[in-house]
Amino acid sequence: MRKACLQSVYELAKKDPRIVFIGSDLGPGTLDDFKAEMPERFFMEGVAEQNVIGMAAGLAMEGFIPYVNTIASFLTRRCYEQLAIDLCLHNLPVRLIGNGGGLVYAPLGPTHLAIEDIAIMRALPRMTVVAPSDAEQMKQFMVETPDWPGPVYIRLGKGGDPVVSRPEDGFEIGKAIALRPAAEVALITTGVMVNRALAAADQLKADGIDCGVLNVHTIKPLDREAVLETAREARILLTLEEHTTTGGLGSAVLETLSDGLEQPWPVIRRLGIPDVFPGEYGSQDSMMESFGLQPPQIAETVHQILSETPLSKAS
Amino acid sequence: MAIKPLKVQGNLQSPPLDQRSRDLRRLVIDALDGGGRGHIGSSMSLIEIVRVLYDDVLEFRPGEPDWPDRDRCILSKGHGCLALYAVLADKGFFAKEVLKSFCKQDSFLGGHPERGKVPGVEASTGALGHGLSIAVGMALAARLQKRDRRHFVVLGDGEINEGSVWEAAMSASKHQLSSLTAIVDYNKLQSYGPTAEVMDLEPLADKWRSFGFSVAEVDGHNVDDLRSTLGALPFDKQKPSAVIAHTVKGKGIPFAENDATWHHKSRLPDEQIAALYQALEDE
Repeated sequence: MRKACLQSVYELAKKDPRIVFIGSDLGPGTLDDFKAEMPERFFMEGVAEQNVIGMAAGLAMEGFIPYVNTIASFLTRRCYEQLAIDLCLHNLPVRLIGNGGGLVYAPLGPTHLAIEDIAIMRALPRMTVVAPSDAEQMKQFMVETPDWPGPVYIRLGKGGDPVVSRPEDGFEIGKAIALRPAAEVALITTGVMVNRALAAADQLKADGIDCGVLNVHTIKPLDREAVLETAREARILLTLEEHTTTGGLGSAVLETLSDGLEQPWPVIRRLGIPDVFPGEYGSQDSMMESFGLQPPQIAETVHQILSETPLSKAS
Repeated sequence: MAIKPLKVQGNLQSPPLDQRSRDLRRLVIDALDGGGRGHIGSSMSLIEIVRVLYDDVLEFRPGEPDWPDRDRCILSKGHGCLALYAVLADKGFFAKEVLKSFCKQDSFLGGHPERGKVPGVEASTGALGHGLSIAVGMALAARLQKRDRRHFVVLGDGEINEGSVWEAAMSASKHQLSSLTAIVDYNKLQSYGPTAEVMDLEPLADKWRSFGFSVAEVDGHNVDDLRSTLGALPFDKQKPSAVIAHTVKGKGIPFAENDATWHHKSRLPDEQIAALYQALEDE
Protein backbone atom coordinates (compact mmCIF):
# COMPACT_ATOMS: atom_id res chain seq x y z
CA MET A 1 0.00 0.00 0.00
CA ARG A 2 2.85 2.35 0.79
CA LYS A 3 4.55 1.54 -2.48
CA ALA A 4 1.31 2.17 -4.38
CA CYS A 5 0.82 5.43 -2.50
CA LEU A 6 4.30 6.80 -3.14
CA GLN A 7 4.26 5.60 -6.74
CA SER A 8 1.02 7.56 -7.14
CA VAL A 9 2.69 10.68 -5.74
CA TYR A 10 5.42 10.27 -8.36
CA GLU A 11 2.91 9.77 -11.19
CA LEU A 12 0.80 12.71 -10.05
CA ALA A 13 3.85 14.96 -9.71
CA LYS A 14 4.94 14.20 -13.26
CA LYS A 15 1.66 15.66 -14.49
CA ASP A 16 1.11 18.38 -11.92
CA PRO A 17 3.87 20.93 -11.23
CA ARG A 18 2.14 22.01 -8.02
CA ILE A 19 3.02 18.72 -6.33
CA VAL A 20 6.10 18.50 -4.11
CA PHE A 21 7.26 15.64 -1.90
CA ILE A 22 8.64 16.11 1.60
CA GLY A 23 10.01 13.19 3.61
CA SER A 24 11.56 13.31 7.06
CA ASP A 25 14.37 10.76 7.15
CA LEU A 26 12.97 7.88 5.12
CA GLY A 27 14.71 4.71 4.01
CA PRO A 28 17.41 4.93 1.34
CA GLY A 29 16.01 4.72 -2.17
CA THR A 30 12.61 6.18 -1.30
CA LEU A 31 11.17 7.75 -4.47
CA ASP A 32 14.51 7.71 -6.27
CA ASP A 33 12.73 8.20 -9.60
CA PHE A 34 10.99 11.30 -8.29
CA LYS A 35 14.27 12.65 -6.97
CA ALA A 36 16.11 11.95 -10.21
CA GLU A 37 13.47 13.43 -12.50
CA MET A 38 12.13 16.27 -10.38
CA PRO A 39 14.92 17.03 -7.91
CA GLU A 40 13.75 20.59 -7.24
CA ARG A 41 10.42 19.26 -5.94
CA PHE A 42 11.87 16.49 -3.77
CA PHE A 43 12.76 17.32 -0.18
CA MET A 44 14.21 15.08 2.53
CA GLU A 45 14.26 17.25 5.61
CA GLY A 46 15.55 15.14 8.46
CA VAL A 47 14.08 14.09 11.77
CA ALA A 48 12.31 17.39 12.27
CA GLU A 49 8.58 16.83 11.89
CA GLN A 50 7.56 20.23 13.24
CA ASN A 51 9.63 21.97 10.60
CA VAL A 52 8.46 19.60 7.89
CA ILE A 53 4.83 20.54 8.54
CA GLY A 54 5.51 24.27 8.83
CA MET A 55 7.55 24.18 5.65
CA ALA A 56 4.77 22.28 3.87
CA ALA A 57 2.35 24.97 5.03
CA GLY A 58 4.56 27.71 3.60
CA LEU A 59 4.79 25.91 0.27
CA ALA A 60 1.03 25.35 0.22
CA MET A 61 0.37 29.03 0.98
CA GLU A 62 2.28 29.81 -2.22
CA GLY A 63 0.27 27.43 -4.38
CA PHE A 64 2.04 24.08 -4.04
CA ILE A 65 0.48 20.78 -2.97
CA PRO A 66 2.93 19.06 -0.62
CA TYR A 67 2.75 15.32 0.00
CA VAL A 68 4.48 14.66 3.32
CA ASN A 69 5.58 11.20 4.36
CA THR A 70 6.91 9.74 7.56
CA ILE A 71 6.00 7.18 10.22
CA ALA A 72 2.39 7.68 11.31
CA SER A 73 3.06 8.00 15.03
CA PHE A 74 5.53 10.85 14.46
CA LEU A 75 3.47 12.46 11.70
CA THR A 76 0.45 12.73 13.98
CA ARG A 77 1.72 13.13 17.54
CA ARG A 78 5.08 14.83 17.22
CA CYS A 79 3.87 17.84 15.27
CA TYR A 80 0.24 18.01 16.35
CA GLU A 81 0.24 21.75 16.93
CA GLN A 82 1.72 22.37 13.48
CA LEU A 83 -1.01 20.17 12.00
CA ALA A 84 -3.71 22.09 13.88
CA ILE A 85 -2.43 25.62 13.32
CA ASP A 86 -0.26 25.59 10.21
CA LEU A 87 -2.42 23.22 8.17
CA CYS A 88 -5.97 23.13 9.53
CA LEU A 89 -6.40 26.71 10.71
CA HIS A 90 -5.00 27.93 7.39
CA ASN A 91 -6.96 25.24 5.51
CA LEU A 92 -4.04 24.23 3.32
CA PRO A 93 -3.93 21.36 0.81
CA VAL A 94 -1.15 19.33 2.42
CA ARG A 95 -1.35 15.52 2.17
CA LEU A 96 0.02 13.58 5.15
CA ILE A 97 1.05 10.02 4.40
CA GLY A 98 1.49 8.04 7.63
CA ASN A 99 3.47 4.81 7.38
CA GLY A 100 2.40 1.99 9.64
CA GLY A 101 -1.03 3.04 10.83
CA GLY A 102 -2.34 0.82 13.62
CA LEU A 103 -0.29 -2.15 14.77
CA VAL A 104 2.03 -2.49 11.77
CA TYR A 105 5.10 -1.73 13.87
CA ALA A 106 4.17 -4.25 16.57
CA PRO A 107 7.71 -5.67 16.87
CA LEU A 108 9.10 -2.17 17.42
CA GLY A 109 6.94 -1.52 20.44
CA PRO A 110 4.61 1.21 21.65
CA THR A 111 6.75 4.17 20.56
CA HIS A 112 6.03 3.24 16.95
CA LEU A 113 2.40 2.17 17.10
CA ALA A 114 -0.18 4.56 15.71
CA ILE A 115 -3.35 3.42 17.44
CA GLU A 116 -4.87 6.79 18.31
CA ASP A 117 -4.01 8.55 15.05
CA ILE A 118 -7.55 8.49 13.69
CA ALA A 119 -8.93 9.91 16.93
CA ILE A 120 -6.54 12.82 17.12
CA MET A 121 -6.61 13.60 13.42
CA ARG A 122 -10.37 13.58 13.14
CA ALA A 123 -10.58 15.92 16.14
CA LEU A 124 -8.98 18.64 14.01
CA PRO A 125 -11.42 20.90 12.14
CA ARG A 126 -10.98 20.71 8.34
CA MET A 127 -8.83 17.55 8.45
CA THR A 128 -9.90 14.74 6.11
CA VAL A 129 -8.98 11.24 7.32
CA VAL A 130 -8.71 8.33 4.87
CA ALA A 131 -7.62 4.70 5.42
CA PRO A 132 -7.80 2.71 2.18
CA SER A 133 -8.23 -1.04 2.47
CA ASP A 134 -5.51 -2.14 0.05
CA ALA A 135 -3.04 -1.06 -2.62
CA GLU A 136 -5.63 -0.96 -5.39
CA GLN A 137 -7.97 1.22 -3.40
CA MET A 138 -4.99 3.41 -2.52
CA LYS A 139 -4.36 4.01 -6.22
CA GLN A 140 -8.02 4.85 -6.83
CA PHE A 141 -7.95 7.25 -3.90
CA MET A 142 -4.67 8.98 -4.70
CA VAL A 143 -5.86 10.33 -8.05
CA GLU A 144 -8.60 12.15 -6.14
CA THR A 145 -6.15 13.89 -3.78
CA PRO A 146 -4.57 16.79 -5.71
CA ASP A 147 -7.65 18.94 -5.87
CA TRP A 148 -9.33 17.92 -2.62
CA PRO A 149 -9.65 21.05 -0.45
CA GLY A 150 -7.82 21.28 2.87
CA PRO A 151 -5.43 18.88 4.60
CA VAL A 152 -5.73 15.10 4.31
CA TYR A 153 -4.33 12.39 6.57
CA ILE A 154 -3.68 9.12 4.75
CA ARG A 155 -3.27 6.05 6.93
CA LEU A 156 -1.09 3.36 5.37
CA GLY A 157 -1.18 -0.34 6.13
CA LYS A 158 1.82 -2.60 6.15
CA GLY A 159 1.87 -3.58 2.50
CA GLY A 160 0.99 -6.89 0.90
CA ASP A 161 -2.50 -6.69 2.36
CA PRO A 162 -5.00 -8.78 0.39
CA VAL A 163 -6.80 -6.78 -2.29
CA VAL A 164 -10.47 -6.76 -1.42
CA SER A 165 -11.58 -3.53 -3.07
CA ARG A 166 -13.37 -3.85 -6.42
CA PRO A 167 -12.58 -1.58 -9.35
CA GLU A 168 -16.25 -1.28 -10.23
CA ASP A 169 -17.03 0.40 -6.90
CA GLY A 170 -14.92 3.39 -7.88
CA PHE A 171 -13.73 5.78 -5.23
CA GLU A 172 -15.10 9.00 -3.93
CA ILE A 173 -13.62 10.66 -0.86
CA GLY A 174 -16.30 10.66 1.85
CA LYS A 175 -18.44 7.99 0.18
CA ALA A 176 -18.47 4.62 1.95
CA ILE A 177 -18.67 1.41 -0.07
CA ALA A 178 -21.06 -1.43 0.78
CA LEU A 179 -18.97 -4.49 -0.07
CA ARG A 180 -21.76 -6.75 1.16
CA PRO A 181 -25.31 -5.37 1.19
CA ALA A 182 -26.83 -4.20 4.45
CA ALA A 183 -28.21 -7.07 6.51
CA GLU A 184 -29.35 -7.84 10.04
CA VAL A 185 -25.74 -8.21 11.08
CA ALA A 186 -23.64 -5.29 9.96
CA LEU A 187 -19.87 -4.83 10.06
CA ILE A 188 -18.67 -1.26 9.64
CA THR A 189 -14.94 -1.03 9.19
CA THR A 190 -11.96 0.76 7.66
CA GLY A 191 -8.40 0.24 6.43
CA VAL A 192 -6.92 -3.25 6.50
CA MET A 193 -9.67 -4.40 8.85
CA VAL A 194 -11.89 -4.50 5.75
CA ASN A 195 -10.29 -7.75 4.59
CA ARG A 196 -10.75 -9.26 8.05
CA ALA A 197 -14.39 -8.15 8.14
CA LEU A 198 -14.98 -9.81 4.77
CA ALA A 199 -13.33 -13.05 5.94
CA ALA A 200 -15.47 -12.98 9.08
CA ALA A 201 -18.58 -12.35 6.94
CA ASP A 202 -17.66 -15.36 4.77
CA GLN A 203 -17.34 -17.53 7.83
CA LEU A 204 -20.66 -16.30 9.23
CA LYS A 205 -22.30 -16.85 5.84
CA ALA A 206 -21.19 -20.48 6.03
CA ASP A 207 -22.91 -20.58 9.41
CA GLY A 208 -26.08 -19.25 7.78
CA ILE A 209 -25.77 -15.64 8.92
CA ASP A 210 -25.82 -12.82 6.38
CA CYS A 211 -23.49 -9.93 7.17
CA GLY A 212 -23.38 -6.54 5.59
CA VAL A 213 -19.90 -5.06 5.26
CA LEU A 214 -19.44 -1.31 4.88
CA ASN A 215 -15.97 -0.03 3.96
CA VAL A 216 -15.69 3.39 5.51
CA HIS A 217 -12.40 4.30 3.83
CA THR A 218 -13.02 7.95 4.71
CA ILE A 219 -13.45 8.31 8.44
CA LYS A 220 -13.82 12.06 8.09
CA PRO A 221 -15.97 13.37 6.56
CA LEU A 222 -17.97 10.29 7.54
CA ASP A 223 -20.59 9.06 5.09
CA ARG A 224 -23.46 9.76 7.44
CA GLU A 225 -26.19 8.44 5.16
CA ALA A 226 -24.44 5.14 4.50
CA VAL A 227 -23.83 4.60 8.22
CA LEU A 228 -27.45 5.42 9.12
CA GLU A 229 -28.78 3.22 6.31
CA THR A 230 -26.63 0.32 7.47
CA ALA A 231 -27.73 0.80 11.07
CA ARG A 232 -31.42 0.96 10.12
CA GLU A 233 -31.17 -2.47 8.47
CA ALA A 234 -29.18 -4.01 11.31
CA ARG A 235 -30.16 -5.79 14.48
CA ILE A 236 -26.53 -6.25 15.41
CA LEU A 237 -23.91 -3.71 14.41
CA LEU A 238 -20.19 -4.10 14.93
CA THR A 239 -17.53 -1.50 14.24
CA LEU A 240 -14.09 -2.99 13.59
CA GLU A 241 -10.92 -0.96 13.74
CA GLU A 242 -7.19 -1.41 14.18
CA HIS A 243 -7.29 1.53 16.56
CA THR A 244 -8.23 2.39 20.10
CA THR A 245 -11.96 2.35 20.72
CA THR A 246 -11.55 5.81 22.22
CA GLY A 247 -12.31 8.29 19.48
CA GLY A 248 -11.84 6.23 16.34
CA LEU A 249 -14.24 4.80 13.77
CA GLY A 250 -16.50 3.25 16.40
CA SER A 251 -16.83 6.57 18.18
CA ALA A 252 -17.48 8.39 14.91
CA VAL A 253 -20.21 5.90 14.05
CA LEU A 254 -21.81 6.24 17.49
CA GLU A 255 -21.76 10.02 17.22
CA THR A 256 -23.52 9.82 13.88
CA LEU A 257 -26.10 7.32 15.13
CA SER A 258 -26.73 9.38 18.22
CA ASP A 259 -27.42 12.41 16.05
CA GLY A 260 -29.64 10.66 13.50
CA LEU A 261 -30.78 7.10 14.17
CA GLU A 262 -34.40 6.53 15.10
CA GLN A 263 -35.45 3.92 17.69
CA PRO A 264 -35.19 0.99 17.96
CA TRP A 265 -31.42 0.77 17.84
CA PRO A 266 -29.45 -2.35 16.98
CA VAL A 267 -27.17 -3.97 19.51
CA ILE A 268 -23.83 -2.18 18.95
CA ARG A 269 -20.33 -3.39 19.78
CA ARG A 270 -17.11 -1.57 19.06
CA LEU A 271 -14.22 -3.94 18.40
CA GLY A 272 -10.77 -2.43 18.54
CA ILE A 273 -7.91 -1.82 20.90
CA PRO A 274 -8.78 -0.98 24.51
CA ASP A 275 -7.43 2.08 26.29
CA VAL A 276 -3.93 0.67 26.84
CA PHE A 277 -0.38 0.80 25.53
CA PRO A 278 -0.02 -2.71 24.12
CA GLY A 279 2.51 -4.48 26.30
CA GLU A 280 3.69 -7.12 23.82
CA TYR A 281 5.66 -7.28 20.57
CA GLY A 282 5.27 -10.02 17.96
CA SER A 283 3.57 -9.07 14.72
CA GLN A 284 0.62 -7.03 13.51
CA ASP A 285 -1.34 -10.27 13.15
CA SER A 286 -0.43 -11.65 16.57
CA MET A 287 -1.29 -8.36 18.23
CA MET A 288 -4.61 -8.21 16.40
CA GLU A 289 -5.32 -11.67 17.73
CA SER A 290 -4.54 -10.49 21.25
CA PHE A 291 -7.21 -7.84 20.81
CA GLY A 292 -9.79 -10.20 19.25
CA LEU A 293 -9.61 -8.61 15.81
CA GLN A 294 -8.93 -11.64 13.58
CA PRO A 295 -11.76 -13.05 11.44
CA PRO A 296 -12.55 -16.16 13.55
CA GLN A 297 -12.69 -13.98 16.65
CA ILE A 298 -14.96 -11.46 14.96
CA ALA A 299 -17.27 -14.30 13.88
CA GLU A 300 -17.19 -15.71 17.39
CA THR A 301 -18.13 -12.33 18.83
CA VAL A 302 -21.11 -12.17 16.47
CA HIS A 303 -22.17 -15.69 17.51
CA GLN A 304 -21.90 -14.71 21.14
CA ILE A 305 -24.05 -11.62 20.68
CA LEU A 306 -26.54 -13.71 18.70
CA SER A 307 -26.79 -16.18 21.52
CA GLU A 308 -27.83 -13.30 23.78
CA THR A 309 -29.83 -11.36 21.17
CA PRO A 310 -31.50 -13.60 18.58
CA LEU A 311 -32.25 -11.98 15.24
CA SER A 312 -35.89 -11.26 14.44
CA LYS A 313 -35.78 -13.84 11.61
CA ALA A 314 -34.62 -16.55 14.00
CA SER A 315 -37.05 -15.70 16.76
CA MET B 1 29.57 44.16 4.80
CA ALA B 2 31.47 44.49 8.01
CA ILE B 3 29.03 43.97 10.82
CA LYS B 4 29.89 45.71 13.99
CA PRO B 5 29.36 43.53 17.03
CA LEU B 6 27.10 45.08 19.59
CA LYS B 7 27.37 44.09 23.18
CA VAL B 8 24.37 45.33 25.05
CA GLN B 9 23.79 44.89 28.72
CA GLY B 10 20.99 46.60 30.60
CA ASN B 11 19.37 49.71 29.17
CA LEU B 12 20.22 50.71 25.65
CA GLN B 13 21.56 54.15 24.91
CA SER B 14 19.10 54.63 22.07
CA PRO B 15 18.30 58.06 20.70
CA PRO B 16 15.01 59.57 21.95
CA LEU B 17 11.90 58.36 20.17
CA ASP B 18 10.97 60.60 17.27
CA GLN B 19 7.48 61.78 16.40
CA ARG B 20 6.70 58.81 14.14
CA SER B 21 7.72 56.24 16.75
CA ARG B 22 5.53 58.00 19.30
CA ASP B 23 2.61 58.23 16.85
CA LEU B 24 2.77 54.49 16.20
CA ARG B 25 2.85 53.82 19.93
CA ARG B 26 -0.25 55.98 20.30
CA LEU B 27 -2.00 53.72 17.80
CA VAL B 28 -1.03 50.73 19.94
CA ILE B 29 -2.63 52.41 22.95
CA ASP B 30 -5.75 53.17 20.88
CA ALA B 31 -6.12 49.43 20.30
CA LEU B 32 -5.31 48.61 23.91
CA ASP B 33 -7.97 51.07 24.97
CA GLY B 34 -10.51 49.53 22.60
CA GLY B 35 -9.82 45.97 23.64
CA GLY B 36 -9.15 46.71 27.28
CA ARG B 37 -6.21 44.38 27.10
CA GLY B 38 -3.12 43.45 25.14
CA HIS B 39 0.52 42.45 25.11
CA ILE B 40 1.74 45.96 25.62
CA GLY B 41 5.34 45.34 26.66
CA SER B 42 5.87 42.84 23.85
CA SER B 43 4.45 45.26 21.29
CA MET B 44 6.28 48.38 22.39
CA SER B 45 9.65 46.66 22.02
CA LEU B 46 8.79 45.87 18.40
CA ILE B 47 7.71 49.26 17.08
CA GLU B 48 10.94 50.38 15.46
CA ILE B 49 11.51 46.94 13.93
CA VAL B 50 8.13 46.86 12.16
CA ARG B 51 8.31 50.57 11.39
CA VAL B 52 11.58 50.27 9.52
CA LEU B 53 10.49 47.06 7.81
CA TYR B 54 7.32 48.68 6.45
CA ASP B 55 8.76 52.16 5.87
CA ASP B 56 12.08 51.27 4.32
CA VAL B 57 12.51 47.59 3.53
CA LEU B 58 9.45 45.64 2.41
CA GLU B 59 7.77 45.77 -0.99
CA PHE B 60 3.97 45.70 -0.62
CA ARG B 61 0.73 47.27 -1.82
CA PRO B 62 -1.75 48.12 0.94
CA GLY B 63 -4.65 48.22 -1.51
CA GLU B 64 -3.67 44.83 -2.94
CA PRO B 65 -2.51 42.82 0.08
CA ASP B 66 -2.25 39.60 -1.97
CA TRP B 67 -0.04 41.18 -4.65
CA PRO B 68 2.03 38.12 -5.64
CA ASP B 69 5.40 39.88 -5.74
CA ARG B 70 5.14 41.41 -2.28
CA ASP B 71 7.82 40.56 0.24
CA ARG B 72 6.55 38.19 2.91
CA CYS B 73 6.73 39.29 6.53
CA ILE B 74 5.55 37.00 9.31
CA LEU B 75 5.19 38.18 12.88
CA SER B 76 6.02 34.85 14.45
CA LYS B 77 5.70 36.32 17.95
CA GLY B 78 2.00 36.80 17.27
CA HIS B 79 1.38 38.29 20.70
CA GLY B 80 3.20 41.41 19.51
CA CYS B 81 0.37 41.99 17.01
CA LEU B 82 -0.55 45.42 18.38
CA ALA B 83 2.67 46.78 16.89
CA LEU B 84 1.93 45.12 13.55
CA TYR B 85 -1.70 46.30 13.55
CA ALA B 86 -0.55 49.86 14.25
CA VAL B 87 1.83 49.84 11.30
CA LEU B 88 -0.62 48.10 8.95
CA ALA B 89 -3.29 50.66 9.83
CA ASP B 90 -0.79 53.47 9.38
CA LYS B 91 0.09 52.11 5.94
CA GLY B 92 -3.56 51.92 4.93
CA PHE B 93 -4.15 48.15 4.92
CA PHE B 94 -7.22 49.05 6.97
CA ALA B 95 -8.58 52.18 8.66
CA LYS B 96 -7.00 53.37 11.88
CA GLU B 97 -10.45 53.46 13.48
CA VAL B 98 -10.55 49.66 13.24
CA LEU B 99 -7.83 49.51 15.90
CA LYS B 100 -10.45 50.46 18.47
CA SER B 101 -12.25 47.17 17.77
CA PHE B 102 -9.27 45.13 18.98
CA CYS B 103 -10.42 41.81 20.53
CA LYS B 104 -14.09 42.66 20.19
CA GLN B 105 -16.45 39.88 19.14
CA ASP B 106 -16.92 40.90 15.51
CA SER B 107 -13.50 42.43 14.94
CA PHE B 108 -10.94 41.03 12.54
CA LEU B 109 -8.22 42.20 14.91
CA GLY B 110 -7.81 39.45 17.47
CA GLY B 111 -5.33 39.08 20.29
CA HIS B 112 -3.16 37.17 17.84
CA PRO B 113 -3.05 37.93 14.10
CA GLU B 114 -4.87 35.74 11.59
CA ARG B 115 -4.19 35.23 7.91
CA GLY B 116 -7.31 35.68 5.83
CA LYS B 117 -8.81 38.03 8.39
CA VAL B 118 -6.30 40.85 8.73
CA PRO B 119 -5.18 42.39 5.42
CA GLY B 120 -1.40 42.18 5.29
CA VAL B 121 -1.02 39.30 7.74
CA GLU B 122 0.77 36.39 6.09
CA ALA B 123 0.30 33.68 8.73
CA SER B 124 -1.85 33.04 11.77
CA THR B 125 0.57 33.09 14.65
CA GLY B 126 0.36 33.13 18.40
CA ALA B 127 1.34 29.56 19.02
CA LEU B 128 5.06 30.18 19.17
CA GLY B 129 7.76 28.68 17.01
CA HIS B 130 5.78 28.33 13.78
CA GLY B 131 6.73 31.34 11.67
CA LEU B 132 10.25 30.45 10.65
CA SER B 133 9.26 27.04 9.22
CA ILE B 134 6.42 28.61 7.26
CA ALA B 135 8.83 31.19 5.86
CA VAL B 136 11.26 28.41 4.89
CA GLY B 137 8.43 26.87 2.85
CA MET B 138 7.58 30.24 1.30
CA ALA B 139 11.22 30.88 0.41
CA LEU B 140 11.52 27.43 -1.19
CA ALA B 141 8.32 28.19 -3.12
CA ALA B 142 9.78 31.48 -4.35
CA ARG B 143 12.87 29.64 -5.56
CA LEU B 144 10.73 27.05 -7.39
CA GLN B 145 8.58 29.79 -8.91
CA LYS B 146 11.65 31.89 -9.74
CA ARG B 147 10.22 34.84 -7.89
CA ASP B 148 12.67 37.38 -6.59
CA ARG B 149 11.09 38.33 -3.27
CA ARG B 150 12.28 38.34 0.32
CA HIS B 151 11.00 36.75 3.51
CA PHE B 152 11.18 38.23 6.99
CA VAL B 153 10.25 36.55 10.25
CA VAL B 154 10.08 38.49 13.49
CA LEU B 155 10.65 36.26 16.50
CA GLY B 156 10.43 36.84 20.22
CA ASP B 157 13.26 35.96 22.55
CA GLY B 158 11.04 33.72 24.67
CA GLU B 159 9.70 32.22 21.46
CA ILE B 160 13.07 30.90 20.41
CA ASN B 161 13.04 28.56 23.41
CA GLU B 162 10.94 26.43 21.06
CA GLY B 163 12.88 23.61 19.42
CA SER B 164 10.90 24.05 16.21
CA VAL B 165 12.68 27.37 15.64
CA TRP B 166 16.00 25.57 15.54
CA GLU B 167 14.65 22.83 13.28
CA ALA B 168 13.63 25.60 10.90
CA ALA B 169 16.99 27.33 11.27
CA MET B 170 18.80 24.14 10.22
CA SER B 171 16.49 23.81 7.24
CA ALA B 172 16.93 27.45 6.14
CA SER B 173 20.66 27.03 6.29
CA LYS B 174 20.65 23.68 4.47
CA HIS B 175 18.75 25.29 1.60
CA GLN B 176 20.95 28.42 1.65
CA LEU B 177 17.86 30.60 1.80
CA SER B 178 19.48 34.00 1.46
CA SER B 179 16.05 35.52 0.81
CA LEU B 180 15.14 34.71 4.42
CA THR B 181 15.87 36.92 7.41
CA ALA B 182 15.05 36.11 11.02
CA ILE B 183 14.78 39.15 13.27
CA VAL B 184 14.86 38.49 17.00
CA ASP B 185 13.19 41.05 19.23
CA TYR B 186 15.65 40.56 22.06
CA ASN B 187 14.08 42.52 24.89
CA LYS B 188 15.48 40.03 27.40
CA LEU B 189 12.25 39.59 29.31
CA GLN B 190 9.92 36.71 28.69
CA SER B 191 6.59 36.24 30.40
CA TYR B 192 7.84 35.04 33.76
CA GLY B 193 10.98 37.11 33.96
CA PRO B 194 14.46 37.65 32.52
CA THR B 195 15.43 35.33 29.67
CA ALA B 196 18.78 35.00 31.42
CA GLU B 197 16.99 33.23 34.26
CA VAL B 198 14.05 31.46 32.59
CA MET B 199 16.02 30.04 29.64
CA ASP B 200 19.27 31.74 28.89
CA LEU B 201 19.79 32.30 25.16
CA GLU B 202 23.43 33.34 25.27
CA PRO B 203 25.59 33.23 23.31
CA LEU B 204 22.71 34.11 21.02
CA ALA B 205 24.57 35.48 17.99
CA ASP B 206 26.89 32.49 18.09
CA LYS B 207 23.90 30.16 18.19
CA TRP B 208 22.48 31.58 14.96
CA ARG B 209 25.94 31.65 13.42
CA SER B 210 26.52 28.02 14.29
CA PHE B 211 23.18 27.16 12.69
CA GLY B 212 24.47 28.60 9.42
CA PHE B 213 23.13 32.16 9.51
CA SER B 214 24.99 35.35 8.80
CA VAL B 215 24.32 37.48 11.87
CA ALA B 216 24.12 41.17 12.70
CA GLU B 217 23.27 42.81 16.00
CA VAL B 218 21.51 46.16 16.15
CA ASP B 219 19.97 48.56 18.59
CA GLY B 220 16.33 47.72 17.90
CA HIS B 221 15.13 51.22 18.78
CA ASN B 222 17.69 53.07 16.67
CA VAL B 223 15.92 53.72 13.40
CA ASP B 224 19.08 54.66 11.49
CA ASP B 225 20.85 51.59 12.77
CA LEU B 226 17.93 49.34 11.74
CA ARG B 227 17.74 50.99 8.31
CA SER B 228 21.38 50.49 7.54
CA THR B 229 21.43 46.92 8.81
CA LEU B 230 18.23 45.79 7.10
CA GLY B 231 19.26 47.72 4.00
CA ALA B 232 22.40 45.60 3.75
CA LEU B 233 20.54 42.29 3.45
CA PRO B 234 21.41 39.63 2.57
CA PHE B 235 24.64 39.70 4.54
CA ASP B 236 25.85 36.64 2.67
CA LYS B 237 24.49 35.42 -0.68
CA GLN B 238 24.82 31.79 0.39
CA LYS B 239 23.19 32.05 3.81
CA PRO B 240 20.01 33.09 5.55
CA SER B 241 20.43 36.16 7.73
CA ALA B 242 19.66 36.75 11.39
CA VAL B 243 19.32 40.18 12.95
CA ILE B 244 19.42 40.29 16.71
CA ALA B 245 17.63 43.47 17.67
CA HIS B 246 18.46 44.53 21.21
CA THR B 247 15.32 46.12 22.54
CA VAL B 248 13.60 47.21 25.71
CA LYS B 249 10.35 45.61 26.72
CA GLY B 250 7.70 48.31 27.08
CA LYS B 251 9.92 50.85 25.27
CA GLY B 252 8.55 54.37 25.35
CA ILE B 253 6.46 53.90 28.49
CA PRO B 254 8.96 54.54 31.28
CA PHE B 255 6.90 52.91 34.04
CA ALA B 256 6.45 49.77 31.91
CA GLU B 257 9.98 49.46 30.60
CA ASN B 258 11.87 46.32 31.60
CA ASP B 259 8.98 45.21 33.78
CA ALA B 260 7.72 41.67 33.18
CA THR B 261 4.33 42.54 34.67
CA TRP B 262 3.71 44.68 31.56
CA HIS B 263 4.17 41.68 29.21
CA HIS B 264 0.38 41.50 29.01
CA LYS B 265 -2.28 43.57 30.71
CA SER B 266 -6.02 43.14 30.87
CA ARG B 267 -8.85 45.17 32.44
CA LEU B 268 -6.84 48.36 32.08
CA PRO B 269 -8.68 51.17 33.89
CA ASP B 270 -9.19 54.50 32.12
CA GLU B 271 -6.66 56.27 34.30
CA GLN B 272 -3.99 53.76 33.33
CA ILE B 273 -4.79 54.21 29.63
CA ALA B 274 -4.50 57.98 30.20
CA ALA B 275 -1.16 57.41 31.89
CA LEU B 276 0.07 55.44 28.88
CA TYR B 277 -0.83 58.28 26.50
CA GLN B 278 0.72 60.79 28.88
CA ALA B 279 3.94 58.80 29.11
CA LEU B 280 4.41 59.23 25.37
CA GLU B 281 3.91 62.98 25.67
CA ASP B 282 6.60 63.11 28.32
CA GLU B 283 9.02 60.91 26.41
